[in-house]
Amino acid sequence: MQYPARSRQDASVRALALAAPYPVLLMHADGTVAEYNAPAEALFPRVVPGSPASDVLPVWLAEAAAAESDGAVHGRIGQRPYTVRTAPVGDGSTALWLVGESEDRPAADELARERRHTRFLVEASEALFSTLNPGRCMEVAAQLAARYLADAAVVISPGDGRRLPVAMCDAAGRVTRRTETAVPEQVPGLAEALRGFPPVPFRWIDPELADWLLPEGADGVKAVALVPLPGQGVPAGALVLLRATGEAEFSEGEEETAALFAQWAGAAMSAARLYAEQASITDVLMRELLPPVLGEADGLELASRYRPAGDSERVGGDFYDVHHTVGSEAVPGGTLVALGDVCGKGLEAAVLTGKIRNTLGALLPLAADHQRMLTMLNQALTGTHHSRFATLVLASAEPAEGGLRLRLTSAGHLAPLLVRRDGTVEEARTRGTLMGVLPQIESETDEVLLAPGETCLLYTDGITEAKGGPMGDSRFGEERLRRALAECAGLPAEVVVERVHMLAAEWVGEDEHDDMALIALTAPRRPEPAAASPDLEGDA
Amino acid sequence: MTVPPSDFPPGDEPGQPPEPSGPVLFTPGAPAGPVPPGPQGELAAEWAGRLWRAVEAGDEYVALKTVRDALDAGLEPESVLLDVIGAVQHRVGVEWAADRMSVAAEHAATAISDRAVAALPPQENPEPRGRVTVACVDGEWHALPARLLTEVLRLRGWQVDYLGAQVPSSHLVSPLHRTGSETVALSSSLPTRLPTAHAAITACQAAGAPVMVGGAAFGPGGRYARVLGAQAWAPDARAAADRLAEGIPLPAGGRPAGELPHLRDQEYTMVKRSSRELVRATFSGLEKRCPAMADYSEAQRERTAEDLAHIVDFLGAALYVDDVGLFTGFLGWTSDILAARGVPPASLLPGLDLLDEQLRDFPRTRNLLARGREAVEERC
Repeated sequence: MQYPARSRQDASVRALALAAPYPVLLMHADGTVAEYNAPAEALFPRVVPGSPASDVLPVWLAEAAAAESDGAVHGRIGQRPYTVRTAPVGDGSTALWLVGESEDRPAADELARERRHTRFLVEASEALFSTLNPGRCMEVAAQLAARYLADAAVVISPGDGRRLPVAMCDAAGRVTRRTETAVPEQVPGLAEALRGFPPVPFRWIDPELADWLLPEGADGVKAVALVPLPGQGVPAGALVLLRATGEAEFSEGEEETAALFAQWAGAAMSAARLYAEQASITDVLMRELLPPVLGEADGLELASRYRPAGDSERVGGDFYDVHHTVGSEAVPGGTLVALGDVCGKGLEAAVLTGKIRNTLGALLPLAADHQRMLTMLNQALTGTHHSRFATLVLASAEPAEGGLRLRLTSAGHLAPLLVRRDGTVEEARTRGTLMGVLPQIESETDEVLLAPGETCLLYTDGITEAKGGPMGDSRFGEERLRRALAECAGLPAEVVVERVHMLAAEWVGEDEHDDMALIALTAPRRPEPAAASPDLEGDA
Repeated sequence: MTVPPSDFPPGDEPGQPPEPSGPVLFTPGAPAGPVPPGPQGELAAEWAGRLWRAVEAGDEYVALKTVRDALDAGLEPESVLLDVIGAVQHRVGVEWAADRMSVAAEHAATAISDRAVAALPPQENPEPRGRVTVACVDGEWHALPARLLTEVLRLRGWQVDYLGAQVPSSHLVSPLHRTGSETVALSSSLPTRLPTAHAAITACQAAGAPVMVGGAAFGPGGRYARVLGAQAWAPDARAAADRLAEGIPLPAGGRPAGELPHLRDQEYTMVKRSSRELVRATFSGLEKRCPAMADYSEAQRERTAEDLAHIVDFLGAALYVDDVGLFTGFLGWTSDILAARGVPPASLLPGLDLLDEQLRDFPRTRNLLARGREAVEERC
């Protein structure tokens, strides 16, 4: 093919173009191929001079050649992405420069991989640190590991050394938990990993050696990695990554991500484990301090409410307790209810309430004589190093002719209120010295009879001293309490305490308040004989 | 926002006027509307009638026997819970609102319902499912809806940690960590507790538990559930149990739900912080404007102050979720309650005007007050 020798300059431009280390094609204005260099020949083996572009070049490239656009056009030749630029080279012919984009791809891939790792680590930290429950924490760790680091994953907690809690996430994302009794020594490296310290490196092991770890039906496992989870100075467990492909190693970036993940998972799991241990210790210690759950009492209805001052507290300086007293020849058996208030709030006050409750329990044989009981309790309290004082009210209830007989004794505490059937509210006539201050105390006991449906309410000053109301500036006060009780005439004990507690709590709203405790003793309303066997069928 | 759209019917966008929202003001314990009955609806309705008569008479013995007999007659336990006990409880709320039942009688009726729930025999060997925590928002005293949900879930095989009424957020979260409960179901009937509910929802989510909410507080169609970022909402216990069975997605990571952008104007914060001063100032303003107040008894004065405090509380709640309907719904409902007790609804207007005068600098608040005034005037 000969060019008209119009210009030596054009020829040298063409030669220069063809000398480029990229595929270059020179095209005639009529759309046929004029010349090409060796890289272009390698790319388009079918091209010969004179071939029409539309026959030998990909459609997008032929179109780009015809369009003579100034900008870059992108497309693929085979699998590879290319950018083509066009430039006039004289005589109406055009040069097509092709630049493969393969040089950029590793960087883009690397960026995508980095982004995936970052996303994973962000998600992992959010998910792992949101729960303080050891089991949930293991589940989350297994799930994350299965999703990002392997096809399936198993998380093993050290447990008590022989019974190993295990969480597993399979390839489908299903999570299961079980307790494994297998011996960790059976899997090489597992015992060391579970001990946590000194830290051990990752280890790829033979899947056959860890068959008890594998999820059921996980036949396709080709590679198993054992990753220790270093906790915060506490053994946290081990992570087992299961891969269906034979790649028994991490790439460089993966290993770093897996190590970071293992650190976080270990920290989260050990924090959860510590929290669970502390919480169970607290529960055991607290059990003695929490207000008792009221069971059924013989011949009387009992109901109580308790709300400590702080929202985050479970116990405070108010307390109550209920004991059944064994009768003797002189005194019939019955129920002893004690309600009181230790000076102070929170756990320290609660510890003293526990002492008082224990002491009262030990003094139960004296329940027939409130004075003696209080004197002994006072001696016990003044004899300790506690400088706190306490107020207390005792109520002994015995079923009697016509209702419930009560003996009520206050030791410096608010006198109980009696709610009569007609809505009258009376204060019991009892008073006495508070406890834990003076070596000698005095008290007067009141004896009252509750007719069926009548209620005696023992309460602490957290109710009456509650400051609030619509304007936020007045006390709930005894008057308001009496009005509320008058509305509760004839109602069950449960309703009385619920109503009073609710009114007082709504009175304070979201403001600060003191501990509140109340307990109601109600003489059961005898079921009417007619109501005992109602003819329901005829009622409909 | 991670709430699945299926829980929130389209067309129920905030800003539309709601139906007068459910029982709110003092103590009614029933859900906003009658609960759609289950498959044994008709049979159940008959037993509900019997239970109602026993509850109305305060007769626990007959009430418990009625529930036992209903079971013996072949009514499913779930139907006894929801279509008999639940229906009776709904009626208690209606009767109270119509001033046919005293507050104390309402408490007594609820106590009997509660005993009736406790008296139901446990389901034997249901197909075991996951673990759920059920609780009422702090300040929420109506435990019965949550109690009914608890029993329905137990019947369906869930292991339920029932925490009861008025649970502070801290008492909600620490058991979550201990038990590893997968989901939290929160109940609230009072829209004024919505800010507290928001705190509870976000705290549970931060502890990795998805939250389903229910109760009249969350508005018609559960619109405030969406605003507060709950994962799911259910209109009643049956729907809640179905929704739970479908599975509720985990919150995205442990990230707290998105903040409410409308709170940036600080109007909620200011109204909330000065609520008691607002009530005091409005009260003394009323004394000047309404000479009749000079003859009020102490109890009447307190009632008036309480009503003002309620208005301010609802104003705050409406600011918090940025919904006019919450405030107008409350005022409309209050007007009806007052009318049922022989008090003209127009008596609410001077209080609204006085609040408006004190809140001149708060455009969102003033818009609420103006729309609230319209709602009251419609009923005068």
